[in-house]
Amino acid sequence: MSAAINPAEIAPAGRSPWRDARRRFLRNRAAVASVVVLALITLACVFGPMLLPNAFDSVDWNLMSAPPTRAGWHLFGTDDLGRDLLVRTLIGGRISLLVGVLATLVSVTIGVVWGAVAGFAGGRVDGVMMRIVDMAYAVPYLLIAILVVTVFGRDILLVVAAIASFSWLDMARVVRGQTLSIKSREFVEAARAIGVPTWRIIFQHVVPNLMGVVVIYSSILVPGVILTESVLSFLGLGVQEPMTSWGVLIHDGAAVMAATPWMILFPAAALSITLYCANFIGDGLRDALDPKER
Amino acid sequence: MNDAKNAPVLEVKDLSVQFRTNDGPVYAVNHVGFELGRGQTLGIVGESGSGKSQTMLAMMGLLARNGTATGQVLHHGRNLLGLPAAELNAVRGDRIAMIFQDPMTSLNPYLSVERQMSEVLELHRGLSRREARVRAIQALDAVKIPDAKRRIDFYPHEFSGGMRQRVMIAMALLCEPEVLIADEPTTALDATVQAQITQLLRELQRDHGTAIVMITHDLGVVAGLCDDVMVMYGGRVMEHASAEDIFHRPSHPYTRGLLAALPRMDASGPLVSIPGNPPNMNALPPGCPFSARCRYVEERCVATVPLLQHLAPTSPTLRACHRPVADLDAMEAADV
Repeated sequence: MSAAINPAEIAPAGRSPWRDARRRFLRNRAAVASVVVLALITLACVFGPMLLPNAFDSVDWNLMSAPPTRAGWHLFGTDDLGRDLLVRTLIGGRISLLVGVLATLVSVTIGVVWGAVAGFAGGRVDGVMMRIVDMAYAVPYLLIAILVVTVFGRDILLVVAAIASFSWLDMARVVRGQTLSIKSREFVEAARAIGVPTWRIIFQHVVPNLMGVVVIYSSILVPGVILTESVLSFLGLGVQEPMTSWGVLIHDGAAVMAATPWMILFPAAALSITLYCANFIGDGLRDALDPKER
Repeated sequence: MNDAKNAPVLEVKDLSVQFRTNDGPVYAVNHVGFELGRGQTLGIVGESGSGKSQTMLAMMGLLARNGTATGQVLHHGRNLLGLPAAELNAVRGDRIAMIFQDPMTSLNPYLSVERQMSEVLELHRGLSRREARVRAIQALDAVKIPDAKRRIDFYPHEFSGGMRQRVMIAMALLCEPEVLIADEPTTALDATVQAQITQLLRELQRDHGTAIVMITHDLGVVAGLCDDVMVMYGGRVMEHASAEDIFHRPSHPYTRGLLAALPRMDASGPLVSIPGNPPNMNALPPGCPFSARCRYVEERCVATVPLLQHLAPTSPTLRACHRPVADLDAMEAADV
């Protein structure tokens, strides 16, 4: 046998459980459509403000509280200060999506590590770690968010931290439960018998088996986090003017809903569509990764 | 032959396993001992719950959290029991490897076979991923997996049961261990595949001189593969003898019961099952664990535990029974 390996032979040929799941996901039309719509919204939020002539904080003195019009590219109208609502909705979307993704990533990372270690270690370690989670559950998150924002000021990263500080708890519980059932599977014992150290068993053997649950749960977490950010912004605890987010826009629009309905309509529609898409994707992922199908 | 070659690779002395449960302590394994020389095969047979598997798990340091093992498991004279995890990990999978009963569940479904096999070599041999891959392909070839070069990238669910067990065997043999512990390796497989796997183990043993501990309740596998047989019941050794003696001159009532319950091509007698059920390990009788089901039972069997003793001063056969073999033979003759 020659020692040289042909690169083509290194390319994976096996059908991983992930590839099967992807195939099932792609057959789900609602989920695929949602991915497309969500991708379009994301692209619009990222690149739209660069392409449009208006800036999110520039005031058009001639058109205040104007309904949607093609004049001056105010396709979504303007707010009561004469700022273009389309650009503001897109900029707000950037913040909302950024917070959603960042806070989810942070809480997934903490939750998976915490839950997997607690579940795998078991015994006293598990008890202490999960009691910490229970205690954290008992703290009202709005109180914490308000405290953090009043003490440290309004900063988007603080909002992310405040949201992540409580949203990892559910993830930790879900992951721990799943770890408990995986821990007793034979392949974990087999890994031990091969001489794999405990840390490596947790992160190389157990965590890949958790990913199905984690992905599904994350897809539920993202809309929840976006919604929480909106709630915080609605309460005046989110980003600072003139920067904005969907929650802030809805808050401002709600105050003048009767006179200028488009001010709430467009941001609310953007948020709702995003949440719908996220939920459909979550459904699709759950069906695709359903452990019973394997 | 020199001494080094005859010295046992693995020596188990007075091994006991106890579990703490809510119903009080359970003595799953009691004072089990055996020696295993290079290239030797020991079969451990017994019904479910007789402590066969727990004996092996205790040797590998794989007992459940509520279990404790006492006694000694000597690998080249070094006691493995109570060894720190890091030192134990250096031995497990390298010098002593294990194959599990169900090949469907003992491979990780989310990792490719290549990943799982190369991990062993990375851990124990410090090979790079590339080197490990080449070595792993050779190992798959050795267990006769066709097209190993391509299939190594497959995931476990793409293999059949027999193929998976071959993968497990290849994986266990990657580091050329001195001892291979096989926990009912053929139980979950079809009869034809069973024969192939048994044949494969025999060939690998011949080629590498691996000592095998074969846990099974299939006496056919024992007959085909094992030099020595240890019969366990209720966590105790009932009889320990050469495979030949076990089949032709069984000295213990339980061994005789097992053989009578085995269908044979060369005998036309009826199959006789052993009446009753294996004992409740929470409440073992004070005497011989088999006394409740034994047809040769006497008063002293119920009262005191028989010691494991040589059948005759010169005989290698060990048995734990109060009644002499002659008594058993006489009663059996009277039955017929």
